[in-house]
Amino acid sequence: MSDPVSALGGASYAGFATIREIGPLGMITLRAKGVKSLDKAIKAAVGTKVPAVRRIEIAGDKACGWMSPDEYLLILPYGGVADALAAIAAALKAEHHLAVDVSDARAVFRVEGAKASDVLRKLMPVDFDRLEPGELRRTRAAQVPAAFWQADGGFTLVSFRSVAGYVMGLLQHSAQPGSEL
Amino acid sequence: MSTRLAKGGRLIDRTAAMDFHFNGKVMRGFAGDTLAAALLANDQMLMGRSFKYHRPRGVVGSGPEEPNALVNLGRGARLEPNQRATTTELFDGLEATSQNHWPSLEFDVGVVNNYAARFMPAGFYYKTFIHPRPFWKHVFEPVIRRAAGLGKAPTEGDADRYEQAYAFCDVLVVGGGVAGLLAAKAAADAGQRVILLEQTATLGGRTPVDEADIDGTPVDTWIAAIESDLRARDNVTIRTRTCGFGVYDHGYVLADERVADHTPGDGRPKHRLWRIRTAKIVTATGAIERPLSFAGNDIPGVMLASAVRDYVVNHAVSPGDRTVIATNNDSAYQTALALKAAGLEVPAILDARDTATGALPEAARAAGIRVLTGRGIAKVKGGKRVTGVAVCTQAGEGAVLEEITCEAVAMSGGWSPVVHLFSHCGGKVKWDDNLSAFIPDASRPPVNHDGSPMVSVVGAAAGCLSLANILAGLRDVSGKTAIRLPDVCQTPDGSVSIPPVWVMPQGAPIQLRSKMWLDYQNDVKVSDVQLASREGYQSVEHTKRYTTLGMATDQGKLSNINGLAVLADSLNEPIPQVGTTTFRPPYTPVTIGALAGESRGEIFQPLRRTPMHEWHEKSGAYFEPVGLWHRPYCFPRAGETHEQAVHREVLNTREKLGLLDASTLGKIIVKGPDAGRFLDMLYTGVMSTLPIGKCRYGLMCNEQGFLSDDGVVARLDEETFLCHTTSGGADRIHAWMEDWLQCEWWDWKVYTANVTEQYAQIAVVGPNARKLLETLGGMDVSKETLPFMQSADGTLGGFPARVYRISFSGELSYEIAVPASQGAAFWEACHKAGASLGAMPYGTEALHVMRAEKGFIMIGDETDGTVIPQDLNLDWAISKKKADYLGKRGQARTFLASPDRWKLVGFDTLDGSAIPDGAYIVADGTNGNGQRNVQGRVTSTYHSPTLKRGIAMGLLKHGPQRMGEVVEFNTIQGETVKARVRDTVFFDKDGEKQNV
Repeated sequence: MSDPVSALGGASYAGFATIREIGPLGMITLRAKGVKSLDKAIKAAVGTKVPAVRRIEIAGDKACGWMSPDEYLLILPYGGVADALAAIAAALKAEHHLAVDVSDARAVFRVEGAKASDVLRKLMPVDFDRLEPGELRRTRAAQVPAAFWQADGGFTLVSFRSVAGYVMGLLQHSAQPGSEL
Repeated sequence: MSTRLAKGGRLIDRTAAMDFHFNGKVMRGFAGDTLAAALLANDQMLMGRSFKYHRPRGVVGSGPEEPNALVNLGRGARLEPNQRATTTELFDGLEATSQNHWPSLEFDVGVVNNYAARFMPAGFYYKTFIHPRPFWKHVFEPVIRRAAGLGKAPTEGDADRYEQAYAFCDVLVVGGGVAGLLAAKAAADAGQRVILLEQTATLGGRTPVDEADIDGTPVDTWIAAIESDLRARDNVTIRTRTCGFGVYDHGYVLADERVADHTPGDGRPKHRLWRIRTAKIVTATGAIERPLSFAGNDIPGVMLASAVRDYVVNHAVSPGDRTVIATNNDSAYQTALALKAAGLEVPAILDARDTATGALPEAARAAGIRVLTGRGIAKVKGGKRVTGVAVCTQAGEGAVLEEITCEAVAMSGGWSPVVHLFSHCGGKVKWDDNLSAFIPDASRPPVNHDGSPMVSVVGAAAGCLSLANILAGLRDVSGKTAIRLPDVCQTPDGSVSIPPVWVMPQGAPIQLRSKMWLDYQNDVKVSDVQLASREGYQSVEHTKRYTTLGMATDQGKLSNINGLAVLADSLNEPIPQVGTTTFRPPYTPVTIGALAGESRGEIFQPLRRTPMHEWHEKSGAYFEPVGLWHRPYCFPRAGETHEQAVHREVLNTREKLGLLDASTLGKIIVKGPDAGRFLDMLYTGVMSTLPIGKCRYGLMCNEQGFLSDDGVVARLDEETFLCHTTSGGADRIHAWMEDWLQCEWWDWKVYTANVTEQYAQIAVVGPNARKLLETLGGMDVSKETLPFMQSADGTLGGFPARVYRISFSGELSYEIAVPASQGAAFWEACHKAGASLGAMPYGTEALHVMRAEKGFIMIGDETDGTVIPQDLNLDWAISKKKADYLGKRGQARTFLASPDRWKLVGFDTLDGSAIPDGAYIVADGTNGNGQRNVQGRVTSTYHSPTLKRGIAMGLLKHGPQRMGEVVEFNTIQGETVKARVRDTVFFDKDGEKQNV
């Protein structure tokens, strides 16, 4: 096994906001609906409660986001995925679900700075002024799907791995000094 | 002479002089000038030439309505054609050239058209160039295009950046004049989230030029106060230099912000396209003054009265020492007074009305200006410049009563409210007899999803042409406006009355009417519209297209109402009956750059990269697009052509070892108690019986029965399958699965996940494939432990791996999936370990050649959406036992079940050549269109380096029954290629190579 490498190897850009590719980050897609032990499974895997619709529950370096009525995104340190999958399997063993490691299928970015939202306002049809605390948004960044949430004075943005270069290009273009909205 | 006045100019900063170039001449203006104002200040009245007759043209307006003063702005990578000088802010070093002239602006040979004008009437193109037919394309059109045309198309890539941005609000106010400011304040007071857009750089609209005070406060003070009030509020955003240009369904508005037009090269985006979603829209877009139709109204020096006073008041520019005013309403008297106040002469005001007794006419008389009522202009004298006017009675036929020498004419034919944005999304307009104008019909606005009005209109845009009228409706009275914003339109109070004057004088004969311009840019005259009407044109939409009235870059902002009034008069119908043409976005031209936004260059389109992409780039791969992926087509070495590279890659793989980046292959996890049942419906074959650890090839069809995708399915455990799809099909097939699970079989217990990008997948192919995996070590990949069509999990060279023993080449072959984050490292490890085994990377073309040599089909080559599996002799992959699968019913339809369908066979060319791509197999005779009959077509054709000759597969009518027969493929050259029909497996028919 070699060290896992994120899509852009931690590329960064300093414009009027700071862009950093972070990761690799552990991610699990959990699909389940109406199962008794869902709360136990999520608790065991990432230590949070089940998130409400369009919300993300964050507990330290772990989190669980609501993605759809039957899909959750579990976020955790990269090395903890196997254990978390085992914990989910144990908690939901008799119940219909799908839990799968998608850590490497994603690219993760941080957009930080006083005007960080200006970068994303140029790319996403999202009303940032009405963003709720703890809200996770599935949307698009220009031409590709993306999801983001607000935490630690900035935004965490998730895209598919194969388009990481495109997303970095978008973020750089949008964060050019002097182009604040 | 037009010139700069010694004093005044509310918008200019005389301490900030700016040099600029016009047609190579250096001129000087001030900060705050528009290009048009600066040109006038330099006595450059002549700014362009008209489209059809190349007549000399000067600026006529002072805003976005300008039809004449269009320039090529900038040069090289910053050249922009058709820029209106009236809306271009001056900056130091600006370069502009005039358009539509040859060889020079001052002397233009095309003006000869002018003298031939009577031979170029309305519909001239249609009438003249219709015969002989081929001449249109080869002679007439190229000549006309060269003669016409507007600005020069840029030849270099745009040096500037553009971007887009999204915004949301409760109330969007378009227009920053007094009405817009008051509407924004009212909405803000009510706690609404407000965005106010103003197309110019400053707020206030016309009021600072036209009025002295608002409620006793000087206008500029009043505007500064309300602007700072609004800017201080958290719930208000003001954007100047931003034109709201289009209103669409559900409160969607597009606006173009000219961020850096006036500061080119400062690194900011040139334009920013705003995509705004709002609950309600208030348009306060003002009104545009109309020209009067008198002979010679296009001669440089004839301008709108409002434009003349804009230049005098805003920019301290004199249009000439003596300006004659022609009008049918009181507002033009303001121009007379402004000129007087600037120390200039107004020899006469020619008022078409019989009496003029309002406050403004009286003020003009009191100022000593000669006011002639019941009078009009018989004709304007001059060529490239106004030299005087001939006066006549409006009621007559143009007999000249006197001639007045002057340098400029200021005209006002009334005002047209800017109803465009109200109308874009379905708002209706109504004719107001008192104003002689269309105004918004407040009872028929565009509506929101709930039926509530989406757009309301205030100010001059609603026909409220007096400040008192605007204030009465919008002024804050005890915390509320008098009208219920943003749901209700303002209405005219009747204080302003403008009688219709469509032709001056009303009885003008043809000689005069054929010199009265309606559409300046397209050279459409009163006589042209009248001719169209005589020729039977009744619909305003048809007349527009026949005469080209209103089809110029200004989209008829000056000409439409005058033109349709003339049409209505000719048809002897009331104007509202004739109606208007349709108002469509954009209100003003929007540069393509703004519409494209960030989508240029590297980020024009998402480029999908595999984890090994960088390695491929460094290795000199030649890429081809596969969906949004770029995959290596081949890896040419120094001195190799692509074809040579492909041949080398094929032979090396067949003889030694080839490595393929197969990461783009779709990988979808399907899990649940009903997963087997689900896949049995999706695939034509049976997947539910697949033992754990085994692989099976499957076909997917759409409901019509046509082949849609294929791939190998592996069963990972009792409830879990991994479905491979084509590279281009992954997202589509995943969506297809979810569609069936969410909408049709919602009670089936199945979940899917698209894990395509979770894995890097490498195909290790060739006689040395097993040796490579053994060198890497970590798991048993022997024939016994891992036979053909099985998969196993383990580690290889320390990498966590899932190994599939599958083959798309006919060779001993493994596909190995490792986590994407280790894909590049694993790829390198394979090359390192494989160096002594003859390992080489190969690309998609070698993959294609090898699969064709084996007769394997490719989705997109053998299929095109009209092919069913049975056409490809894939009956073996279709279950006869299953009650149903997607496509089964479709395939039973008579046409698809017909024994006469074209079916897949192989071909050997008699001369060994490769059949051209796309070739058809000809049959005897011709069809009803005189085309050669066909009986089949080629689907895959390559030169096989393995067999050293051309190989091909194709669909042929009754193909499998015609083995050995010789058929002919057509070629582009008109010859045919003879080929013998054979089976589709060209190489290693018994599969000995892959089963070692």
